[in-house]
Amino acid sequence: MAGRVVVREGLFTDGDAPALLGSRCAACGAHHFPRHDTCPYCAAEGPLPTQLSGAGSLWAWTAVTAAPPGYRGPVPYGVGVVELPEGIRLITHLTVSDPAALALGQAMELRVVPLHSDADGNEVVTYSFAPVDAPAPVDTP
Amino acid sequence: MSGVVIAGVGMHPFGRFEGVSTTDMGVHAVRAALREAAVSKGGFQAAFCGTAYGGVATGHKVLSRLGLTGMPIVDVEAGCASGGAALMLAAGAIRAGQYDTVLVFGVEKMPKGIIRSSFFEPWQEEAGLAATPSFFALRAQRLTVTSGVTKEHLAQVVVKNRRHGASNADAMFQKEVSAEEVLASRVVCEPLHLFMLCSPNEGAAAVVLTRDGRGADPAPAPVTLAGAVLRSHLPGSVLSESTPLSGLTDDDVPSPTTLAATAAFEEAALGPQDLDVVECQDTDAARELMSYEEIGLCDPGGSAELLASGATSLGGRLPVNPSGGLLSKGEPLGASALGQVVELVRQLRGECGPRQVEGARVALSHTVGRGANAGVVILTR
Repeated sequence: MAGRVVVREGLFTDGDAPALLGSRCAACGAHHFPRHDTCPYCAAEGPLPTQLSGAGSLWAWTAVTAAPPGYRGPVPYGVGVVELPEGIRLITHLTVSDPAALALGQAMELRVVPLHSDADGNEVVTYSFAPVDAPAPVDTP
Repeated sequence: MSGVVIAGVGMHPFGRFEGVSTTDMGVHAVRAALREAAVSKGGFQAAFCGTAYGGVATGHKVLSRLGLTGMPIVDVEAGCASGGAALMLAAGAIRAGQYDTVLVFGVEKMPKGIIRSSFFEPWQEEAGLAATPSFFALRAQRLTVTSGVTKEHLAQVVVKNRRHGASNADAMFQKEVSAEEVLASRVVCEPLHLFMLCSPNEGAAAVVLTRDGRGADPAPAPVTLAGAVLRSHLPGSVLSESTPLSGLTDDDVPSPTTLAATAAFEEAALGPQDLDVVECQDTDAARELMSYEEIGLCDPGGSAELLASGATSLGGRLPVNPSGGLLSKGEPLGASALGQVVELVRQLRGECGPRQVEGARVALSHTVGRGANAGVVILTR
């Protein structure tokens, strides 16, 4: 029976309060996403699994207007960099695909959103970030 | 680094060539370089071939066709900097006394369209997070924040390079464009329009390096390879060419380009102020401006101002991409770095006709891409 599957296990939890699955290095304190078994910054082994904050701010953004090779979702779609309070920046989908509707430093929150339906009819979902309490964009003449 | 000189260069034009194989193009470029260097069978002791998409034993296939095998032939993959990596290995071997003369060439026949790379995991492609133009666009957007770069500046990079490339017979595009045309081309990823992105394509370039055996010979100095450096990335920058999924909120991590340029300047005992002409990575218009800042052609944040001053146009203080850059030539990964070196050798020899940088004596080539790999080569005369 068709269901809902994540685009890749181990990146985020699905459900009412989704979270990104990261890790933290006990030696240098750096946070990672996705989880690492060796710290990429100081090479210490065995970083601790952690859940990352679902709230951040927008640091860079664009929209992809033509489907790149292998991509199975709709176009255009938003892609950006969101900065989290743990001191990391991550590459993510954005729920907004109109770059003019976004602003530097805007408050963003984690969402899990549909990406496409796979061959078995499953809904494939991915992590994304959406503006917090953003009013609907207003068309100005 | 001294003691290594360029004995000859050769090139197959960059473009799209139906029915011409990777090997065909390599044969063309290698033959031209060996002829110019007056090197024949037995005259070089090793060959390094840069290629990313060429497949198994690409270099062997080229040299087999020319009847020039027996010596070590090593294929080198370092993404956009493959040719620079090959050059570094060859120069190091000559300096170490392992060889006297080494053939270095790069060949490529790229798939059409957006570059698909085995670098990414399948889920990243499925999720649309492996899309090269979007990473370029995010870097471009950061430049608008850090350096006051506008879409008009991005268009002006294209206008400049296409003007330079108009007289380059080896370039894919030899027609000038206006800023209006650039901005009227479709948006690929804001702020990048189609004409602001280079075309992946096909081509080959070759260079013969040899030990400087002039001794006290008062003959005019040939072009010297003063520095050839490859560097990878340090972790931490989310928009690094290493294309991680995350990075740190630390803006002081040096880029691979800065690491390579710093080391190359040190090797050559020269600095940015000594340069007369530069060929730099302009995969997209913003990448050229980032290169200005990362190589040290201007202060951080100063790229838009440097471009607008006209300094980097032909006739300016420090022309950048007189060949037309990748925006005019297109980008055959394994050949692009050596294509820059061929252009710069010809510039230093004064052979470039309408696009000649008058009196050029110190030149820098820069490529950077996937890996990350950044290659910087410094040539002097």
